Amino acid sequence: MTGWIDHLVITPIILPLMASALMLAFDERRRVLKRVLSLATAALLIANAAALLWLAGDRSGPLVYLLGNWAAPFGIVLVADRLSAMMLLLASVVGFTALFYAVARWDRSGPRFHALFLLLLMGINGAFLTGDIFNLFVFFEVLLAASYGLILHGSGTERTSASLHYITINIAASLLFLLGVALLYAVTGTLNMADLALRVASTDASDLALLEAGAAILGIAFLIKAGIWPLSFWLPRTYAAAAPPVAAVFAIMTKVGIYVLLRLSSLIFGDASGEAARFANEALLYAGLATMIFGIVGILSARQLTRVAGYYVLVSSGTLLAAVGLGGEALIAAMLFYLVSSTLAVGALYLIIEPVERNADEEDMIAGIAEPVFDDEYVGAIEEVTDEEGVIIPGTIAILGGGFIFCALLLAGLPPLSGFIAKFAMIDALLKTSEVEPAGWVLIGLIILSGLATMIIMTRAGIDLLWRPGEDAPSRLSLVEVVPIGLLLTVCLGLMLWAGPVMAYLEKTSSALHQPAHYVAAVTDAPQAGSER
Amino acid sequence: MEIVLALAIGILTASGLWLIFRPRTFQVILGLSLLSYAVNLFILAAGRLRSDAPPIVGRDPASADPAFYADPLPQALVLTAIVISFATTALLLVVLLASRGLTGTDHVDGEDGET
Repeated sequence: MTGWIDHLVITPIILPLMASALMLAFDERRRVLKRVLSLATAALLIANAAALLWLAGDRSGPLVYLLGNWAAPFGIVLVADRLSAMMLLLASVVGFTALFYAVARWDRSGPRFHALFLLLLMGINGAFLTGDIFNLFVFFEVLLAASYGLILHGSGTERTSASLHYITINIAASLLFLLGVALLYAVTGTLNMADLALRVASTDASDLALLEAGAAILGIAFLIKAGIWPLSFWLPRTYAAAAPPVAAVFAIMTKVGIYVLLRLSSLIFGDASGEAARFANEALLYAGLATMIFGIVGILSARQLTRVAGYYVLVSSGTLLAAVGLGGEALIAAMLFYLVSSTLAVGALYLIIEPVERNADEEDMIAGIAEPVFDDEYVGAIEEVTDEEGVIIPGTIAILGGGFIFCALLLAGLPPLSGFIAKFAMIDALLKTSEVEPAGWVLIGLIILSGLATMIIMTRAGIDLLWRPGEDAPSRLSLVEVVPIGLLLTVCLGLMLWAGPVMAYLEKTSSALHQPAHYVAAVTDAPQAGSER
Repeated sequence: MEIVLALAIGILTASGLWLIFRPRTFQVILGLSLLSYAVNLFILAAGRLRSDAPPIVGRDPASADPAFYADPLPQALVLTAIVISFATTALLLVVLLASRGLTGTDHVDGEDGET
């Protein structure tokens, strides 16, 4: 601990927690204050994540933060390496834009939106930073608890019944998580990820089955979050039922599961871990491919755009999981690029769907405003929406249409946007391996097919929603809604323009993931504060 | 003692699983609670079963031999898990009531198959 810079590792967790706690002290009616506070926090989180990205990219090893100044395997550690920093930045950008969008009107459709939203960001950040699997469970619970609140935000029959399923499934998944953690602890006697990596290599052959069972149960818990095929039927419905800004930020939640799988598979089941190495990779590969097929069929059969977005989330999860399963440095780097690009694009899609559909389907609009379930809870919180915030801009259809086409190109992976670069890099990495496995060919085929399916459905929806002449006046669109969508799409544009440097960073990330020894050494040798004096 | 604990975990898990596959929301919640008890016992067992062994090391340096003590970590984990599952169960109960109020049925899908 040499100075305040080291504390940047923990501020992504502390900052939203404090802001969220502070938020509870204010009355629901002080809306402006809450908005300013939460937007400022989210903006600070972006700055913080960018600083961490720069620091982690600059230094040779990851930044390690010892909580309570306990030495590594005994206390809980937070670790910010390239991968975590990148995920943090992605989460905070999506979080900020979704929050900005919510200010247009969604934060008024229920109480304590901002506090819950910041707690969700805290849970996501914590899950990306922690280096301890039980602590990971705690952060998962924080983000899940906040997400339960957010999915119910706005209330209504559809949301309540979708969230009943969502909560039940996630509680069951959390129980599996605990079982997996307990099994890993019973075999290795440690919960620290770096320490686990060291001990897994020297596991007795007799304990190996138990260890793999534990890891597999743990993996199922993450795969449920990531939306893998037989366990993902809840996802499109839940995401479609959620309020648009909530759905946008949920786009990052499936990526939390994938991040953890990537982290654990590289750290604990990397090539260095002896008998247990790469034990689940094949399963991940085939499950990922199955998820892609399910997602593609879902995209083609979906009747609403929100469902399309949900199935697209599944397709991208499937692609990422299959890539994790196949492994290889170049493929993982390309897969990370795809992760960033697809998360931003899906986030933008969820945000743009609602204004696009506003004309077509008046019922959606009404569903956004809550019917109170508990009268006392909503007193003073809900007011009739009379004042439209921000400037109403002309040419709504042009802007929406442009944004929609931009989104469609990104999602389908057509040139020249970042979606294309991501898919191209993945296919390139797959073809460059000396001997392409049959599964690799299947993956290439499915990547191209998913792009085609997305294009078909987006064209159909675009013609239907934007071009078909209707008698109703063009929908009103406030500036507050346009800015976040524009921001997300601009980031994608930036990814395209600076694809070279981004790719270089991701290649270093991927090579660091393939040398877990550095991560382990950084954690186990982390100096305690005051020890040098 | 192992067999008693194993039986307890097994019975709790079996009952819990049966209940979460039932169509009524209240049964599902009870099932989840039973499952969480089973998981908590399981975590405790992960730290090896010991009786008459305290989890906290005393100040006396002569008694600092770890062989005399039970593993405190799983106990701490169980505490955390209990708190979290208690809170989520409470939340789920509220959602159950809201769903019952909005859909008029306690079926998990919000509609009865027969009607």
